Amino acid sequence: MQKNQELELTATIKRISGVNPRLCMKCGKCSATCPAFDEMDYHPHQFVDLVDKGQIEKLMNSKGIWNCLSCFACLERCPRMVEPAKLIEAVRLAVIRQQGQNHLKPEQIPDLLDENLPQQAITSAFRKYAK
Amino acid sequence: MQRIGVFVCWCGTNIAATVDVKAVAEALGKEPGVVFATDYQYMCSQAGQDMIRDAIKEHNLGGVVICSCSPRMHETTFRKTAEKAGLNPYMVEIANIREQCSWIHKDMPTATEKAVILGRAAIAKVHLNAPLTAGESPVTKRALVIGGGIAGIQTALDIADAGFPVDIVEKKPTIGGKMTQIDKTFPTLDCAACILTPKMVEAAQNENIRIFSYSEVDSVKGFVGNFHATIRRKARYVKEDVCTGCGLCTEKCPQKKVPNEFNLGLDNRRAIYIPFAQAVPKVATIDPNYCTMLKSGKCGVCAKVCTAGAIDYKQKDEFIEEDYGAIVVATGFNPIKLDRYDEYAYSQSPDVVTSLEFERLMNAAGPTAGTLLRPSDGEHPHTLVFVQCVGSRETRDCGKPYCSKICCMYTAKHAMLCREKYPDTEVYVFYIDVRTPGKNFDEFYRRAVEEYGVHYIKGMVGKVVPENGKLKVQASDLLSNEQIHIDADMVILAAAIEPDESARSIATMLTASMDTNDFFTEAHPKLRPVESPTAGIFLSGVCQGPKDIPETVAQAGAAASKVIGLLAKDHLMCNPCVAEANELMCNGCSSCEKVCPYGAITYSDKEFPGPNRTRVLRRVASVNPAVCQGCGACTVACPSGAMDLKGFSTSQIMAEVDAICK
Amino acid sequence: MQVNNEFKPTIVAFCCNWCSYAGADLSGTNRLNYPANVKIIRVPCSCRVNPMFILRAFQRGADGVIICGCHPGDCHYTTGNYYARRRMTLLFSMLDYLGIEKGRTRVEWVSAAEGAKFAATMNEFVETVTKLGENKRLEDLRCKN
Repeated sequence: MQKNQELELTATIKRISGVNPRLCMKCGKCSATCPAFDEMDYHPHQFVDLVDKGQIEKLMNSKGIWNCLSCFACLERCPRMVEPAKLIEAVRLAVIRQQGQNHLKPEQIPDLLDENLPQQAITSAFRKYAK
Repeated sequence: MQRIGVFVCWCGTNIAATVDVKAVAEALGKEPGVVFATDYQYMCSQAGQDMIRDAIKEHNLGGVVICSCSPRMHETTFRKTAEKAGLNPYMVEIANIREQCSWIHKDMPTATEKAVILGRAAIAKVHLNAPLTAGESPVTKRALVIGGGIAGIQTALDIADAGFPVDIVEKKPTIGGKMTQIDKTFPTLDCAACILTPKMVEAAQNENIRIFSYSEVDSVKGFVGNFHATIRRKARYVKEDVCTGCGLCTEKCPQKKVPNEFNLGLDNRRAIYIPFAQAVPKVATIDPNYCTMLKSGKCGVCAKVCTAGAIDYKQKDEFIEEDYGAIVVATGFNPIKLDRYDEYAYSQSPDVVTSLEFERLMNAAGPTAGTLLRPSDGEHPHTLVFVQCVGSRETRDCGKPYCSKICCMYTAKHAMLCREKYPDTEVYVFYIDVRTPGKNFDEFYRRAVEEYGVHYIKGMVGKVVPENGKLKVQASDLLSNEQIHIDADMVILAAAIEPDESARSIATMLTASMDTNDFFTEAHPKLRPVESPTAGIFLSGVCQGPKDIPETVAQAGAAASKVIGLLAKDHLMCNPCVAEANELMCNGCSSCEKVCPYGAITYSDKEFPGPNRTRVLRRVASVNPAVCQGCGACTVACPSGAMDLKGFSTSQIMAEVDAICK
Repeated sequence: MQVNNEFKPTIVAFCCNWCSYAGADLSGTNRLNYPANVKIIRVPCSCRVNPMFILRAFQRGADGVIICGCHPGDCHYTTGNYYARRRMTLLFSMLDYLGIEKGRTRVEWVSAAEGAKFAATMNEFVETVTKLGENKRLEDLRCKN
């Protein structure tokens, strides 16, 4: 049962991110390029490795996923087009979804609106905090 | 209808134990057209062959069907037997009743029934067989080698040694190729020039070799044994036969600011130049892009100082036409351009160099006379960072998906040489995998680590930022799971290698196939590694795939031996089972030409009778039987059914299908 | 039920001379059994197989047709099997539309070293075709004597 759950979770992460971790040749360029390296408990290359091994739970409990800047440097420089940043994004999503914690509800929006808030900020806030 | 003889072999008990051979012979004897049917213990034995020969004569047979083992085994044997009896060898068909019948079935009635059906199919086919004769084409006993690097030189020397004339066409002013730019060779640390330049001289002095330097192949027509090439000798504005190579003009030329491509732009040369001291031919060349005389008509210094009177500003491109029997492609490689690798700051700092540039910086004949100095300020560097796999094994479109093969070894060499010459330097090598298969290769790499103390770090460099005269290197160390920061003086990038940009157009010219990376494809990846699928085209060196020098030399020799094997023949026997176009049915659509992997199909306008006694010109296909290999791709592509394959014609295969399905 | 048990499909196999025909020979040399319904026609390359041959086979009462060639990239003629693959993909989908089930047609890559694969493929193919039963859809009854 545990195994099945793990497999399902891994498949979900791969589906959301569209990333195939098997493309990774373990060169470490993502971690070499990461500006938030010291802030993360799991480094980008480990991230890819753990998804490949199906150990998503470790990643979901990690604080590092919230410290990723989503600067996409790893994605840009990866020689194999693995796109680690997308995996991290997918794990963040999985966490939000699993807990059923929507940090942002549509009802809250009218109160948050003011003249200076760009439309794009609402969209991106929904993308990150409400799934 | 042919008069057919059927011969059923027992193959001892191999066939006879599960197939009732007598019943098969009897059943097949009743087939239409069969005038003689018999069985014998060993058809391939002398007695069996005599039996076939006698039967052909006695019964005046026009076709022979032999029910025996696989045609892959004895087809040639039985064809020869038929030929001895005066029958065309291609009037013989084999029904495979051993490998594909008696050996796989245990039950006699089933196996016998299948044997009869296989026999019937062979009879149906042989009815439609036509006598075929293998054509012959003459062989021009001269070879063309495109590319004058170590691969081309070695191939040419080996062919010339066998007594055949060879022409080398090199687009640069000198032969020698990339190896001339290399300082030392791994794993022995020989000086590259010391082992290469004698070979260059040998090639120049060999009576059988002509060197066309500063020349390009303009066009190639023809086919194996009969190529016709046009070679463009680019105007070098210096008479090659008059110039003594004294070099006075290259010292006096006032145009001093031409980037020196031999040193990869690390220093300058003049507008008239000899690439390097040991160049072959040692003749000056004027660079028309920089020469003031050629550009504005004002100067003429070189002509004034030349005592031999070799300068000729009015020289024009010359064209040479020559026939060849075989062509060797040895177009070589280049390191990829790194302008899209911003993360390594290659275009931002002169202290970030490629490995080939580093070779020049270490070379005694290089811009720094062999002392390792930083290109930016001429200071001695103390910390050097080598980055491997820059562009290799990369699926992004700026990189190459393959391993460039040579980088691990040359990086180990560079690192080792640095530590040996300058023990005060710290040398770091960032690697993904160290790949050192090859004789004494891994030992060499281990020496770099164990004896010379080179720091090998598993990980990759993420970015290089030039700051206050230093290069800030940010990298990962995967084994300690850390991000590390190094203040380096120089960063050396092991750039991937790619086929020379001229390779693609040469491949098109020769109809030789290439892979997606522009490396030439070999005829068979394991068994024919130095031949192109196009007959008469051979491959030598890196143009076929990444290789180091010993492998290149080995392949060059192998290509030469294949060329010698071809040129040693006076005539080539062609495979008679080739495609043939029925001109009356052909509508000139070019479908067949597009699918032909060998470029064997050409089109020409021919006159045909039209309505009301007129003559009409129509474009029709014709197949060159010397080039066609008989795959049959065109026969299916042809929409009008004009293409057919001799020996495996549409009607023959249809007849087999019918016989099997009956 | 009885009819089905005795039904022996007629299978035509086109094998390229360089890989699959040699693979078929190897399965014979290794004495690996496959049903006698399979009859092999040797062609120089899988690209020599004209869609007409397959139609003709079905018309004449074949119950299944299989084409075997060298593995992609290993073709003796470099690209022949790619042409075969493309042509057969189109043909098979049209045959499917005409009522010749996909199970009756197949392209398989068998190298000269894969005698076991050849036998296994044939066993499996014959089994599939046997289950599908007789091909009546495209059979030209005028051909039946």
